[in-house]
Amino acid sequence: MRRFVVGRTKSLVNRYQRSRVLSSTPLLLDSPSSMAAPPSSSHPSPPVTLETINPKVLKCEYAVRGVIVTLAERLQHELQANPGSHPFDEILYCNIGNPQSLCQQPITFFREVLALCDHPAILDRSETQGLFSADAIERAWQILDQIPGRATGAYSHSQGIKGLRDTIAAGIEARDDFPADPNDIFLTDGASPAVHMMMQLLIRSEQDGILCPIPQYPLYSASIALHGGTLVPYYLDEATGWGLEISELKEQLEAAKSKGITVRALVVINPGNPTGQVLSEDNQREIVEFCKKEGLVLLADEVYQENVYVPDKKFHSFKKISRSMGYGGDDISLVSFQSVSKGYYGECGKRGGYMEVTGFSADIREQIYKVASVNLCSNISGQILASLVMNPPKVGDESYESYAAEKDGILSSLAKRAKTLEEAFNHLEGVTCNKAEGAMYLFPRIHLPQKAIKAAEATNTAPDAFYAHRLLHATGIVVVPGSGFGQVLGTWHFRCTILPQEDKIPAIVSRLMDFHKGFMDEFRD
Amino acid sequence: MSPKGLDYETLNENVKKVQYAVRGELYLRASELQKEGKKIIFTNVGNPHALGQKPLTFPRQVVALCQAPFLLDDPNVGLIFPADAIARAKHYLTLTTGGLGAYSDSRGLPGVRKEVAEFIERRDGYPSDPELIFLTDGASKGVMQILNTIIRGERDGILVPVPQYPLYSATISLFGGSLVPYYLEETANWGLDVNNLRQSVAQARSRGITVRAMVIINPGNPTGQCLSEANLKEILRFCYHENLVLLGDEVYQQNIYQDERPFLSARKVMLDMGPPISRELQLVSFHTVSKGYWGECGQRGGYFEMTNIPPQTVDEIYKVASISLSPNVPGQIFLGLMVNPPKPGDISYLKFVTESKGILESLRRRAQIMTDGFNSCRNVVCNFTEGAMYSFPQIRLPPKAMEAARRAGKVPDVFYCLKLLEATGISTVPGSGFGQKEGVFHLRTTILPAEEDMPAIMASFKKFNDEFMEQYEDHRGYSRM
Repeated sequence: MRRFVVGRTKSLVNRYQRSRVLSSTPLLLDSPSSMAAPPSSSHPSPPVTLETINPKVLKCEYAVRGVIVTLAERLQHELQANPGSHPFDEILYCNIGNPQSLCQQPITFFREVLALCDHPAILDRSETQGLFSADAIERAWQILDQIPGRATGAYSHSQGIKGLRDTIAAGIEARDDFPADPNDIFLTDGASPAVHMMMQLLIRSEQDGILCPIPQYPLYSASIALHGGTLVPYYLDEATGWGLEISELKEQLEAAKSKGITVRALVVINPGNPTGQVLSEDNQREIVEFCKKEGLVLLADEVYQENVYVPDKKFHSFKKISRSMGYGGDDISLVSFQSVSKGYYGECGKRGGYMEVTGFSADIREQIYKVASVNLCSNISGQILASLVMNPPKVGDESYESYAAEKDGILSSLAKRAKTLEEAFNHLEGVTCNKAEGAMYLFPRIHLPQKAIKAAEATNTAPDAFYAHRLLHATGIVVVPGSGFGQVLGTWHFRCTILPQEDKIPAIVSRLMDFHKGFMDEFRD
Repeated sequence: MSPKGLDYETLNENVKKVQYAVRGELYLRASELQKEGKKIIFTNVGNPHALGQKPLTFPRQVVALCQAPFLLDDPNVGLIFPADAIARAKHYLTLTTGGLGAYSDSRGLPGVRKEVAEFIERRDGYPSDPELIFLTDGASKGVMQILNTIIRGERDGILVPVPQYPLYSATISLFGGSLVPYYLEETANWGLDVNNLRQSVAQARSRGITVRAMVIINPGNPTGQCLSEANLKEILRFCYHENLVLLGDEVYQQNIYQDERPFLSARKVMLDMGPPISRELQLVSFHTVSKGYWGECGQRGGYFEMTNIPPQTVDEIYKVASISLSPNVPGQIFLGLMVNPPKPGDISYLKFVTESKGILESLRRRAQIMTDGFNSCRNVVCNFTEGAMYSFPQIRLPPKAMEAARRAGKVPDVFYCLKLLEATGISTVPGSGFGQKEGVFHLRTTILPAEEDMPAIMASFKKFNDEFMEQYEDHRGYSRM
């Protein structure tokens, strides 16, 4: 996995130059020259500076909130301080899958239940019935009865409240038609901490490798770097709609082995991020066979399971696929991740999620529990939300119709925006964009003219970052350069979310087209 | 059976080394017994709401309104929510971009961080920079982030008090560092002697360890002692001369049960000392909504404040925080409310103060009840709980009890605590989970059971203990196990 150090260095220089109120000290040197009295021994310790911090921290990167976002925030401040100082009225953050920050509304029923669980004292008041729907009140009671003492402010069981795990397991079973065990579920503050936990368990040293798709969501590359492992890339095929070829998996596995890497696990993101493809069932079966044969843990990131926009594809969980192949816990080790941040609920700020862990021995399960217990538990409100997501209102419930309308409204709008933006990108000169079958992103490829590439090199910037910076300065639109996700050498992309509200899309499209035309006019070979 | 990708042999060794007794053997046994129908009193973790402490009303009102903003448009909302809660909810919502459901800044909402900075300034008398305050999903996550930044490998040592809260030992194991213990003096009310510190550091260095940081827990956990200003100054000078980052775990700063040593933040004392220490000593201070009189453990709200950490290091810490995107927003609002509670004149002020004082005064009484209760037991000596939420009595186990423990394959304090659990349902954490001097045994219990239940709990403990001691001090004996 290549790193574009260039952009990073620039950001460090920029940040260092920003004034900081209290850190008036210059960068501390390794030897404490300004001590008033001699140390108690002859070997004073170095203070915490860039030179002495954990090198794995230095190594890891996360472009989603990287350089370009810092730049965008600066421009935003400039706009606020000085309206009209830029050729746009507002910054449009299309860098991050954060729907509610772009005006997507939360699901009313979920928020009703959460509010009642936050403040159960009002459940006894008659006025509450005038403010909340009856089934939300009922659900809140049900949930509170599953919490010892109805204490939503208490640490729960380290895997999460048992009753909520029961609900989630039932939801998984209803989704897949195969049983799920609540004891296999670990509720976490979002899916990301669960991913970190698994990397922690799997990675012993940099001899341990994790197969990751390229392009990938950079949580994986960052987590692997933080835990001192090696990322083993497998390339998705842009020409076939970001297809996953088993032959590619095999080749990369062998290449890694020949370099002395022990490959421990395979990460699959389905639907994909940033690529949006939804795997076919055949493909999924091949992947399961591959993991089983090679003894790899399958890490299935399924956080976008509710975001599928094309009629010819459906989400199937890897658990369902494995079980339908007749494979149980003895055959395959599988960790499936889900989150409350995506789907149609988009509750990023709540930090709710879980991993379902199957096919591991009892002593590994104990170790996972032990690591989870050090942090005591995940936030209770997020746990409750995860159970609501996996067990939403059903036909016949009082809130069902409004819930279904909200859900369908959001999903159909997402599908529409995915299509509109994809078409817009495909209309740009030298740009090709695969369809977003699912998830929340488009990942267009820009065939940059040589002149542009040279101009980028002259400013010590990667070409896709150069394009993205220019786009930001001209339009206020924030996208993430493709290098943040990984791409085939010599190709350039950027990731743009499909999340701005529908009424903003036409303006985005026209500004984008104007900018791109201007850019190509400037740099066309 | 296919080869397993992850089995015990191929597990990360650091994970195997991790121990966290607070939810370890005793807790698991207690949970088993509970499932079998036995009444268990869980005093293993500082989890006030689980033992009947009620949440404060005002923050719950505010957060509920933030969760369901459509309530704010309802004309009837004023029937069950006071006007100041409504106003505060609206205020917090304006601080977000998109309400509770959007990722915030990875450091936390700027508006809340500003509230935290203002709180710190009011508390200490010195300004604080919101840019150097990072909100986290509980203080534990913040501790882990900072330790992960410091620890490069097993040659890096972190000074940790013994006894300590095992988050520190567990995290150091997880990240492959070395724990450098410094012993607190039980006979001096768990006081800290700088000579112990010097000795620990010298020993570590002679083993090739580079000591990087020092942890202080003030008020202490499990020991409860509150550091004096003199002690804090000694510690600060020591860290300055040795170039150690001071990690100040101050999560119990609201839990003070004596008047001789009120809480003083490490930062205040450091800034009082003036340059060069005030400008050069590297300090990270931690706080949370889980303790104090709030006890909102389940919200996972906390922060750390950095002082004299170089900007580039702050940037790296930010980078790692950004990978997890943001701390949970409701927890951030709880934190904002904690540092910026209702003021005199606010509609909810009286109720808020009544609730808060009620809790704190009761905790103070319970600290005394427990200390006295333990001290009335045979072979039990207990320092007074000056602060925090725990009692850490020393149990002087007779040789026959130690022998019985050995035969049962258990560490002596684990043996005692298991017997205590089985006899009385009281679930504690053996002192070995926190560290103690060789051959000295303790257990940690919380002071959190309801005040009205305390006499019965202490009586139950005394009965068990005195019978246990009777049994194992029996010279004719043939100890019944």
